[in-house]
Amino acid sequence: MEQPVLNVSKLKTHFFTDDGEIPAVDSVDFHINKGEVLGIVGESGSGKSVTSLSIMQLIQAPGKVVGGEITYKGENLLTKSEKEMRKIRGNEIGMIFQEPMTSLNPVFRIGNQLIEGIRIHKKWNKKKAWEHAISILKLVGLPRAEELMNEYPHQLSGGMRQRVMIAMAMACDPEVLIADEPTTALDVTIQAQILELMKKLNRETNTSIILITHDLGVVAEICDRIVVMYSGKIVEQGNTKDIFQQPKHPYTIGLIESVPDVRVRKDRLYSIPGNVPKPGSIHKGCHFAPRCSFAFDKCFEEDPVLLDAGSNQQARCWLHEDEKKAAVLERVNS
Amino acid sequence: MQEALLEVKQLKKHFPIEGGVLKQQVGTVKAVDGVTFTLHKGETFGLVGESGCGKSTTGRMLMRLLEPSEGEVLFDGKEMISLSKNEMRHLRKDIQMVFQDPFASLNPRHTVEKIIEEPLIVHKLGNKAERKKRVKELLEIVGLSSYHAKRYPHQFSGGQRQRIGIARALAVNPKLIIADEPVSALDVSIQAQVLNLLEDLQKELGLTYLFIAHDLGVVRHISDRVGVMYLGRIVEMADSEKLYLNSKHPYTQALLSAVPVPDPEYGKDRIILTGDVPSPSNPPSGCPFHTRCPKAMDVCSSVVPEFREIEPGHHTACHLYEEDHV
Repeated sequence: MEQPVLNVSKLKTHFFTDDGEIPAVDSVDFHINKGEVLGIVGESGSGKSVTSLSIMQLIQAPGKVVGGEITYKGENLLTKSEKEMRKIRGNEIGMIFQEPMTSLNPVFRIGNQLIEGIRIHKKWNKKKAWEHAISILKLVGLPRAEELMNEYPHQLSGGMRQRVMIAMAMACDPEVLIADEPTTALDVTIQAQILELMKKLNRETNTSIILITHDLGVVAEICDRIVVMYSGKIVEQGNTKDIFQQPKHPYTIGLIESVPDVRVRKDRLYSIPGNVPKPGSIHKGCHFAPRCSFAFDKCFEEDPVLLDAGSNQQARCWLHEDEKKAAVLERVNS
Repeated sequence: MQEALLEVKQLKKHFPIEGGVLKQQVGTVKAVDGVTFTLHKGETFGLVGESGCGKSTTGRMLMRLLEPSEGEVLFDGKEMISLSKNEMRHLRKDIQMVFQDPFASLNPRHTVEKIIEEPLIVHKLGNKAERKKRVKELLEIVGLSSYHAKRYPHQFSGGQRQRIGIARALAVNPKLIIADEPVSALDVSIQAQVLNLLEDLQKELGLTYLFIAHDLGVVRHISDRVGVMYLGRIVEMADSEKLYLNSKHPYTQALLSAVPVPDPEYGKDRIILTGDVPSPSNPPSGCPFHTRCPKAMDVCSSVVPEFREIEPGHHTACHLYEEDHV
């Protein structure tokens, strides 16, 4: 069995606020293999972004990683010092943020921002770093790469800025690329270009990608495997194909059904009743139970564990304790 | 024949670009450049396009929140561009708007009751007791409870705030609701709730919607007819089903193929457009789309294609469908 590149186990990130301790990420386990594209899907407040920031150790007060292990190449990242982490960030694990407008420094030229990381991590001289930066800009499909190096971020469009961000993250050949909602701020035609680029980079450089998004369409488009998060916990994981064909958790089923499809018109959209709970507001039982149409007594009493749900899928749902109960979901899916 | 509620003819909005010490006009941004469409009573017309295509500017002009540069708008047969501010305020009783951002569009210092009551006070409808009763009624209609009336906006989630925004728009019994990206700030599961609510309200109250959005799936779901905008113009307009199943304009085709579909098994030939949307301050000559169009011909760079009916109820502006070039 191949060793995963990155393994996250029992990760807990809590926020210490005036209202008490809030578990934003509550015992999350997942791994990513070499060359794989893993999707982390969830709505706002599900803890997907906090998970990615925890991996990079970019969580700021009042947040704190309070437990778990993040193993990268056999070493636990959580025991590393800030100095050691700095060698890993950008070099071993790259990150792309959602806002291409605010993630670039407006007063520095593209070139200077790009070579900064390359010079620090690779210890190359300016000329070599500059040439490498140009080749990376070409790799991400930007025209007039040489001229762009001398331009400022405001001279570029949103899609071009996001390409620069990807170039920056890819500049030191990272093993893992974490992309937090990389296309959310972009128009669909530009989104299609960026997704195509990420697929190409994944194929050509064999970089593992963790894609964090709320958009199920994007996930279906490029991910091999999916992790679905709800209220700080993983509620379902499995292969993309299996999850879309046979979702095993009532939340995943509802989420897939609520998306208006551009191909067919449904008479009425399915909608999950109620609202996403505030993190930390549910103390007992399954966090999804108050909105779940399949919930029974046990769901309100005891928080479910991730259970095997067949076809390599796991779901955090008591229905999968008993085959007869799980059959209800089969009926809904067909 | 369906009855027209709103007729928009050759509507334009040009913003001047000022420059130099003397603030002289050095250019124009043609945000909306000749938009024509008709809204029938009781239907939902969807206006889609990417950012900067002028869809929101169009919506704001119809409310006269922005003054149009040129063009004509008839509401219920009456010309409304020449109305004075005061007359327009009376007309807004019939045209209401739902905004995109449920956080910025509600005054944080007012209770929900005050927010929903305000249009009733502006239009002098009912006495105090009647207004309070109406607010409670409206809260129930949009799926909230009457006890929510005394709360403040920050106590609600995004989806609930959007419901409050809808209740405020409904307060004065409007005929037309202009909804500018009403669900794009919401999570998927909440978005479905709000879309269903809008549909139910339309059925119950016989409302007409102008639905402005960038999400093609959402627009298909809610609209009877759809107009696709690009660089300030409508490039294609048809019945929703016709447009999605049999789109004619190369831009519509590319736009539809770019939408990620939540089904990993769905194979499709994607048309990936190169480049970005050109700047509306310096639009390309001829057809505005010719710089990115995979089917562009010589004529496209010089002659602006006419917006015409190519099949009954199906309009497009493209040289591919003009007889002399086919």
